[in-house]
Amino acid sequence: MLYIPCPHCGLRNETEFHYGAEAGVAYPDPNALADSDWAKYLHIRANPKGWLAERWVHFAGCGRWFNLWRNTVTHEIGPAYLPFTEQPKSPGNIGQEGQKV
Amino acid sequence: MSEISFIFDDNIYKGQQGEPMAAALLRSGLLTITNSTYHGRPRGVVGLGVEEPNALVQLVSGTQESMRPATVIEMAEGLAARSLTGIGALPELPDEARYDKANRYVDTLVIGAGVAGLKAADEALRAGHEVLLIDDQPGPGGHLRHLGMELPSPLKDILVHKNLTYIPRCTATGLYDQNYIVAVERRSDHLGDAAPLNRARIRVWHIRADRVVLAPGAFQRPLIFANNDRPGIMLSHAAATYVALHGVRIFKRAVVVTVDNQGYRDALRLHQAGVHVHAIYDVRPDAQGASVDAAKAAGIPVRLRTTVLDTTANAEAALQSVILRDLNTNEIVETTADLLAVSGGWTPIVDLATHIGIKPTWSAKHAAFLVNHAINQLQTAGMLAGDFGGDDDPAVFFGPALDDEQARNAYIDLQRDATLHELRRAVGAGLHSIEHIKRYTTIGTAHDQGKTSGMLTIGALCQLNATAQGGNSVLSPADVGTLSFRPPYVPVPFAALAGRERGPLSDPIRITPIHPWHVEAGAVFEDVGQWKRPWYFPKQGESMDDAVRRECVAAREGVAVMDASTLGKIDIQGQDAGVFLDRIYTNMFSTLPEGQCRYGLMCKADGIAFDDGVATRLGKNHYLMTTTTGGAAGVLAWLEEWLQTEWPELKVYCTSVTEHISTIALVGPKSRQLLQELVTNVDLSKEAFPFMHSRMATIDGTTVRIARISFSGELAFEINVDWSDARSIWERLWSLGRPYDLTAYGTETMHVLRAEKGYVIMGQDTDGTQTPHDLNMSWIVSKKKEFIGKRSLQLPYLQQAGRPQLVGLLPEQGDEVLPEGAYITALDAKPDEQGKTNHTGFVTSSYYSPTLGHAFALALIANGLNRMGEVVAVPIGKKGLRATICDAVFIDKENLRRD
Repeated sequence: MLYIPCPHCGLRNETEFHYGAEAGVAYPDPNALADSDWAKYLHIRANPKGWLAERWVHFAGCGRWFNLWRNTVTHEIGPAYLPFTEQPKSPGNIGQEGQKV
Repeated sequence: MSEISFIFDDNIYKGQQGEPMAAALLRSGLLTITNSTYHGRPRGVVGLGVEEPNALVQLVSGTQESMRPATVIEMAEGLAARSLTGIGALPELPDEARYDKANRYVDTLVIGAGVAGLKAADEALRAGHEVLLIDDQPGPGGHLRHLGMELPSPLKDILVHKNLTYIPRCTATGLYDQNYIVAVERRSDHLGDAAPLNRARIRVWHIRADRVVLAPGAFQRPLIFANNDRPGIMLSHAAATYVALHGVRIFKRAVVVTVDNQGYRDALRLHQAGVHVHAIYDVRPDAQGASVDAAKAAGIPVRLRTTVLDTTANAEAALQSVILRDLNTNEIVETTADLLAVSGGWTPIVDLATHIGIKPTWSAKHAAFLVNHAINQLQTAGMLAGDFGGDDDPAVFFGPALDDEQARNAYIDLQRDATLHELRRAVGAGLHSIEHIKRYTTIGTAHDQGKTSGMLTIGALCQLNATAQGGNSVLSPADVGTLSFRPPYVPVPFAALAGRERGPLSDPIRITPIHPWHVEAGAVFEDVGQWKRPWYFPKQGESMDDAVRRECVAAREGVAVMDASTLGKIDIQGQDAGVFLDRIYTNMFSTLPEGQCRYGLMCKADGIAFDDGVATRLGKNHYLMTTTTGGAAGVLAWLEEWLQTEWPELKVYCTSVTEHISTIALVGPKSRQLLQELVTNVDLSKEAFPFMHSRMATIDGTTVRIARISFSGELAFEINVDWSDARSIWERLWSLGRPYDLTAYGTETMHVLRAEKGYVIMGQDTDGTQTPHDLNMSWIVSKKKEFIGKRSLQLPYLQQAGRPQLVGLLPEQGDEVLPEGAYITALDAKPDEQGKTNHTGFVTSSYYSPTLGHAFALALIANGLNRMGEVVAVPIGKKGLRATICDAVFIDKENLRRD
């Protein structure tokens, strides 16, 4: 049970949140993209072993979306930050796709 | 302690209040408790606690728990149990006991109230922490309790410290990320008949701690040898405790087999309690230490480099003799004994630590896996951290070399009846990973989850691998694998996990303000999400089919009314509301005039339609969106996600108003006439109040909003009214409805009516892969503006021929309602060589239409829109039905009835 620091409400149990995959994937201009790039935006998200900036929503609390550094291997939780604000530094090495742990 | 009597397998026995049932059974001479699950071999008590693999009982008193080890059941007045052969039976009566849950946040949680745990608690208290101390035993002290020793006074004192909460009989069952612990406290079983009725029998604790100290102690482990499962063969610490502490007097002559000094300490306890200890057989070449000296001083003979090979049984199938081998000379000796006390070393309880992925590390010095590193404010103490105390110098030894015949009766997992022979077979079959071997042999999969057998398996694999490599040296367990466990640490009754959320409390029930009327009218309800919705309203003696036909006819020919309050409603306000809805819906909403309604469809970014409904523009910057009953929460979350994470510049505010506004649908050719009787300030004529318009009106002084929206194709009015006024408006309709033969209808009739018009229900007529085009709704897809999903609709795979498309289906036999979900095949489809026939689609909605006078259906059929008139097969079992593909609109294609 992750203990997640909602930027608005403080530390709350994971059951109050929904996961929103990789953070920082902006909605692109759909018409500027080739089919394959558009499909990539739709379906491909980073899923590395190690630290990853993710989106979460505190659906059972304030209802707000925010971003969070989390280690996908150790489940350590890093800093949370609001959308459209500067991303804090990763607490450790950023995870790589397909990396052996 | 007071003497009590209890029933076991229909006989009455005596025991001491509070002692383990296993002690009372042994003292009564019950060496054999049960037969093993698969091999039917007699088995008796082996251990002291939750690690017990044999002595399972089913309680027949109290809540009749179906399976518990006799070693952990505390004796109490009124207790009754029967023996089990490994497979429990659920009691026939429902469990009426009370269960509850509690949350706790603490600075420091200490798991285990042995000496190490108490010391850790003491340190935390000195640092000013608030401490929670939990332990699965009835009292503090850990192994001191088994030795019958008092806690030393400084440690005893902390139990009454104001910053410490101590909970006995509370087992930590799971350790999760960021120091989240689930623990199960048994609060009343030990009181037996005296338990207060209102006390929760089990409380499940959910604990979040800044810091956790794991001090769970260790289990003694057995050894692998032939016929190591006979009644009378016990772990030495258990045997010594039952004899010395609990007064078990049934053993006359004991043999102690050991790999460490624990065997010497237990031999001495047995000796001092009056058991003749024939000898201690120690596998080590040398034994040193105070424990060894003390045993020798008591006159107990010691044989080094000797261990047990096999045993024999007497007529009662209990232990008769022990066969030993001198490992230097290979000399075999046999000696009689009624107790074989085995000390195979200690296995610290690594279970909880491994729940969060910590890998225990092998320590040859301790002959054990340990967890002695601290991460994330998680620390270990006591035996788990390698603090074994005493003078132990254990050998890394799990059992002697055995031939094939001996291996067949050399048990590794007593509860699963899994032997060394089976382990060898697994390895012979090419399995190397301990995880694979576990699944192949079932070792470690019983109720005890390998508490004693896990380490034995790793040990046996070391010896097998060493033999395979031709060497004599035993490999290190670290080379073979490590122990890992999943929660829960001990079995937890489902009733405890459910707590009070049972029956009507298992899920919230949502009802509309008109619900009591439906109940009085005899409605049959269906669950739609958490909502209770009237399904149909049967009159005296009516079947469901009868009722639905009557309700359909009323809606099509007279006037009928439905409570549509469960419709999801989202109030959308702000200066950019129109722009926002243009992006959300596939069609335009910014151009919708105030006071008008429009049906809208929304897609996810992948172009797949996911919800629909009518939105009404209530003001310049104000819309009311309706969603499907089940989709309301998901749609609101979806809107918020876009507003918060992509378009923060839009000034738009979304609020769920599902339970603020109640909706009553008045449907049928006579609906206008009936409603006009009630509404005097608005002209309801089709000229003054066109279709898809919305007007504020007054009914008996109550303000309502009436909209010309139809989900049936009939002339219809939706009356939207404040939730608290809905019941009175509904009753008012009925007070005037008699002359019109006003009829209440439920969701089934609603479905028939909408399906007759080919109106889609998201999630019923779609399977999460349909675009608007697949639903024959290209008309709703704007070409002029951007909306979510538009780009995806241009992708080739969403445009390719052959995609399933929504069409109508007319069964060949008019009274045959096709089953929803039934597969559809081409008429000439033939099974391939595997006997499989490719389907071409499936039935999504299917009903009998009283208006049409025959059955009809909606279906998703590959390329269906281009196959109008084609006859297809609907194979149902042996029955081959046929149907014709047709347009999905069955009634009033010209939309003449709605005005």
